[in-house]
Amino acid sequence: MSKPLLHVDDLRVGFATEEGWVQAVDGVSLELAAGEVLAIVGESGSGKSVTAQTIMGLIRSRNASIEGSVRFRDRELIGGGEAALQRTRGAEIAMVFQDPMTSLNPVYRVGSQIVEAIRAHGSEVSTGEARRRAAELLDSVGIPDAGRRVGDYPHELSGGMRQRAMIAMALALEPDVLIADEPTTALDVTIQAQILRLLERLNRERGLATILITHDLGVVADVADRVLVMYAGKVVEEGTLEQIFYDPQHPYTWGLLGSLTRIDRPRPRRLPQIPGAPPSLLDLPGGCSFRPRCPHEFDRCPRLPGLEGRLAEAPDHLDRCWLAPEEKRECRQVEGRIGLQEQA
Amino acid sequence: MSESLLEVNGLVKHFPVKRGLLISREVDRVRAVDGVSFSVAPGETLGLVGESGSGKSTLCRAVLQLTEPTSGSVRFEGREIAGLSRRAMRPLRREMQMIFQDPYASLNPRRRVGQIVGEPLRLQRVASGTELRRQVQGLLERVGLAPEHYDRYPYEFSGGQRQRIGIARALALRPKLIVADEPVSALDVSIRAQIVNLLDDLQDEFGLTYLFVAHDIGVVRHVSDRIAVMHEGRIVEQGPADRVCEQPSDAYTKRLLAAVPVPDPRESRARRADSRA
Repeated sequence: MSKPLLHVDDLRVGFATEEGWVQAVDGVSLELAAGEVLAIVGESGSGKSVTAQTIMGLIRSRNASIEGSVRFRDRELIGGGEAALQRTRGAEIAMVFQDPMTSLNPVYRVGSQIVEAIRAHGSEVSTGEARRRAAELLDSVGIPDAGRRVGDYPHELSGGMRQRAMIAMALALEPDVLIADEPTTALDVTIQAQILRLLERLNRERGLATILITHDLGVVADVADRVLVMYAGKVVEEGTLEQIFYDPQHPYTWGLLGSLTRIDRPRPRRLPQIPGAPPSLLDLPGGCSFRPRCPHEFDRCPRLPGLEGRLAEAPDHLDRCWLAPEEKRECRQVEGRIGLQEQA
Repeated sequence: MSESLLEVNGLVKHFPVKRGLLISREVDRVRAVDGVSFSVAPGETLGLVGESGSGKSTLCRAVLQLTEPTSGSVRFEGREIAGLSRRAMRPLRREMQMIFQDPYASLNPRRRVGQIVGEPLRLQRVASGTELRRQVQGLLERVGLAPEHYDRYPYEFSGGQRQRIGIARALALRPKLIVADEPVSALDVSIRAQIVNLLDDLQDEFGLTYLFVAHDIGVVRHVSDRIAVMHEGRIVEQGPADRVCEQPSDAYTKRLLAAVPVPDPRESRARRADSRA
């Protein structure tokens, strides 16, 4: 794999709230290489979106504290000031959000918004040239009749077309990294499939590196190369797509995989479930945060396990669980159909 | 007495599109529900899947007479309810309840949980005073909450717990039919299974009949005995849940199923290779 474009090292993001200190992101590290799709999976409150927003330099609240390092091509982005961020944002790292209706400006034509993005970054292009470029971009993300569509307002586009327009805008300055935060969650499945194929094509053709933030493991299986599983602000497991799906090491990952409904398998009589609810970040249990919901808790769990490679055969497969690998395999068997495809 | 609890025949709900300021005239109509027929037997779950704009929510509302159908028939226990007045519907409301998608929007933030869940009991004069409190606390326990939650406010609860409150409210009058419109799609993945299992248990315990509406065909298949697939205001296919998912006959159903991502990387890759070939 080529040299990583993006390095995030021990990122910690906390917020002072009226109720107390919230450590939304607690020591997240990741690397992203050109052409790679890294999925960050987690539920609400896991810190996946705050991680993405911090990389984009979008966390600027006075109540926020950011520590750690985010480097793009060896240039530090944390604490680099607004000017440095301005250079990075859009041109080097771009972002696509969940809801295109709230991230497109409803009173401007779609084309004008793309033109604005191109011109705001000081590229010396005429309006006519920028408009032609906007049409090209819309065409490249599969919007039919793009030359006419540049003149449309966001409300004149369907949900899927709006998300395409958002992606076109994100690509306007030819960034190297795209951060997509739940890009298909608001879309119907048939449209979702089209957007995922589009992202895949952009990866392949342009070598675009992508961080895909999602709660949907079906989407992850479809497009990701590597996966980070986050829980309560921390990464609890990290590995390749195959490692996470076929040899998951963390009980939370088992829970997530187990509770999926599959239309291509006979249905279980009862859906395996994770008991309880994600913890409040204001009141985290000491040690492993998943402990109160974990059926396999034992006496070591009140101490926080490090994120480490615990498998001799796969040192790049990291997890935060005290159970020994052989114990994990046993527990997984008991829990049922998780990771069993490999034996089948 | 017919065998079905709910029988819907040729149900139509059109919304007029009007133009003109002083003399408004109908220039077009949105055919939200365009001739839908199905029936649900007592104790059965009929799953209704469809994408946004397919008309599934309008269908729910038309079935429950929350919006007046343009034409067609809705029979509940053999009795025609389409076009009944509000007053005539009132006693029937005890028999049919609804669970909503968004547990943040469907609970009054100014009311305590006890008031929210007890409201149907109070309105229908089923219980009051300490008896009301006792019944509500029993319901809260039944859906996995604690009796002490009676005096709390919705904001103190997580999404999953709020959905439990909505379910307790729907259950309060011991209805026969529950229409659940996307009851788990706003919930976190780990909570979804809990609520699906809860609905399952409650069905067994109270002999409930469900019309379960969702866009997620995986969830719908898990809970349903039969599935109806809705597209552009019509049902394009209906049948036993496993049959519809494993051997779909309608072109749209096939397209819908093919688009559902498979949470299994190898199979997902194989499917993509197939679709390219």
